[in-house]
Amino acid sequence: MKALAVESVWKYYGDYPALRNIAFDVEAGQCVALLGRNGAGKTTLLRILGGLSRPSKGGVRLFEREHSDRSSRALTGIIGHGIAVYDELSAYENLKLFAELYALENPHKAAMEWLERTALDRVKDSLVREFSRGMRQRLAVARAFLHHPKLLLLDEPFTSLDDRAIALLQSLLRDSLAEGGTVIMSTHQLREAMELASHVVLLNRGGMAHSGERTAEMLADTGWLYRNYGDA
Amino acid sequence: MTRFLRQMFTIAAKDLRSELRTKEAVNASLSFALVILLLFSFAFDPTSDMTREISGGLLWLVFAFAGVLVLNRSFARELNNDCLDALISSPVPGPALFLGKAIANYVLLLGIECVCLPIFGIFYNIHWTGQPAWLALVMLLGTWGMTVVGTVFSALTVNMRLRELMLPMLVYPIMIPCLMASMQLTTPLLASEPISGDMLAWVRLLVGFDIIFTALAVTLIDTVLVG
Amino acid sequence: MRQKILIGIGLIAAGLLLRNIWLMLTNLPDEAFQGAIFRIIFFHVPAAFTAFLCFFASLISGIAYLRTQNLKWDAFSVSVTEVGLAFGAANLITGMIWARIIWGIWWTWDWRLTSMLLCWLLYAGYLVLRRAVEEPTERARLSAVMSILSFAVVPFVFFSIKWFRTQHPQPVLYGQGKMDTGYRAMLYGNWVPLLLFAIILIAVRMEQERRQRELDALRREIHAF
Repeated sequence: MKALAVESVWKYYGDYPALRNIAFDVEAGQCVALLGRNGAGKTTLLRILGGLSRPSKGGVRLFEREHSDRSSRALTGIIGHGIAVYDELSAYENLKLFAELYALENPHKAAMEWLERTALDRVKDSLVREFSRGMRQRLAVARAFLHHPKLLLLDEPFTSLDDRAIALLQSLLRDSLAEGGTVIMSTHQLREAMELASHVVLLNRGGMAHSGERTAEMLADTGWLYRNYGDA
Repeated sequence: MTRFLRQMFTIAAKDLRSELRTKEAVNASLSFALVILLLFSFAFDPTSDMTREISGGLLWLVFAFAGVLVLNRSFARELNNDCLDALISSPVPGPALFLGKAIANYVLLLGIECVCLPIFGIFYNIHWTGQPAWLALVMLLGTWGMTVVGTVFSALTVNMRLRELMLPMLVYPIMIPCLMASMQLTTPLLASEPISGDMLAWVRLLVGFDIIFTALAVTLIDTVLVG
Repeated sequence: MRQKILIGIGLIAAGLLLRNIWLMLTNLPDEAFQGAIFRIIFFHVPAAFTAFLCFFASLISGIAYLRTQNLKWDAFSVSVTEVGLAFGAANLITGMIWARIIWGIWWTWDWRLTSMLLCWLLYAGYLVLRRAVEEPTERARLSAVMSILSFAVVPFVFFSIKWFRTQHPQPVLYGQGKMDTGYRAMLYGNWVPLLLFAIILIAVRMEQERRQRELDALRREIHAF
């Protein structure tokens, strides 16, 4: 089943096309590494996939549904640059809030389950403001996985995380992929990304430079992709 | 539909909880209201009959100045940690998000007004309890108008630099009809005169303002939030 | 070609305006109560008409932008709003000059003056909002919303201020109800050249906006790499 279909997406900022005719499909169960230099359009594309921005032309389909359909949002989980949890609420309140917004069956149970999985159950009633950096990051990961998203959109997930959060995220991603989930992540950390990725999409100046399976050469030599398809 | 309402109240409860926990906006707003009440006493003789004639206007100026401080924070508080992105990418419809935030602001504003009103009565020797039902109605209608306009502009300006400086310039001219109607209605009410005859036109204006701007806000909010 | 058309329109407008001024000064007698200064009304009233026509056009182009996502509508929207503000200012200033001579005061809180001032501030707010957004597409989207909200409040402004002011004493105004047909013809006749000037200004501003967009796109192109 097709998890995601990006259908010739353009995004203009004024008259400047930040994304030019981006088109690719992602099958359920694939893990796509979205690569490209700074300003190539990775974040812009991820924001469109996450419903935070609308394409100027073209469209996006999630699981054969129009993306403008609000109910398809329940299928995606997002980790962006910010941790997207509230400092003035407790860990439990944060997770319960998002569980309620995603209209989960039992918000309390979902929140408790994820507090346990991220080893935050001990401090569940403390305000996030008092958390250490690593604890905040783990909570952010729990927030994104809480509603069992079938499609995960991660914008530079490994850059701001500490070791423990990275390990947690990697194991959750592997679990999700094993259960048939789909992952799209933009990243600079080529090695971590290549190990997880089954496919790559390379953006160059807002256009598609390459899309296809992650081959053995890419894993062995991280510069290979840029040398062959980019404008090094 | 029930899901819409549940999501809406979840957002409202979340906003109220975090505001009551930090009390950032409420404290600023209340102390500002007190300062304005004090300042007015220098602008004219607070014991004269003139006070009675302009009491409605004074009261709503206090509400409007103090209220915008709360409204200002409404969407701005989501910027921290990129929480706004998390809300927009969730299945919560834009109108539910907007109305939830508006309800939270409404409750906060009404709370602040209920504190200011007796203080105003004491400072300026005004017996505001003469027409409690009408006064409550005018406050409910006028405050909702202010809330809707303020919340829309809070969303509209959330990503802009110099937001705080710009907001009064944008918000007050739009609020003026609503404020004017509330002022006109409140002055006789504070003198314990009932609303009747010609004055009912102001009530209709308030209702119309509330309906039209709520409808516009709900229609436009997705355009405002998602680029 | 475009430029030649604009110059042509400008020449026609200037010709009409000169003819109108000539007629105002030579053909129309002084108004019985106000004397010579009453002629300012031939600029005062058409300026108000033009301003409101512009604000209405801003609403329409705002809606059109949100429907089509075509930035030409945004350029049109900002152009008409600016020209509308200029004519609104002309209306306010001519009104003040007239008031100073007839009533001896620069300003009175008459409902018409107050409404115009408030509308002027509303649309000045629109320009303030535009300046605060840097990215052209976002600016177009948010200012289209602002334009819709502003226009929605205009009828409320008029009704509320009218009700408000009619409950209070005010100076007796000019008896517009019984205006002479010769004056009335001149009032509308003088609107034509003013409207033509407005069109030229709008066209020039739109061209500037187009170039601005081009420049912005080039700048982004450079900064992208």
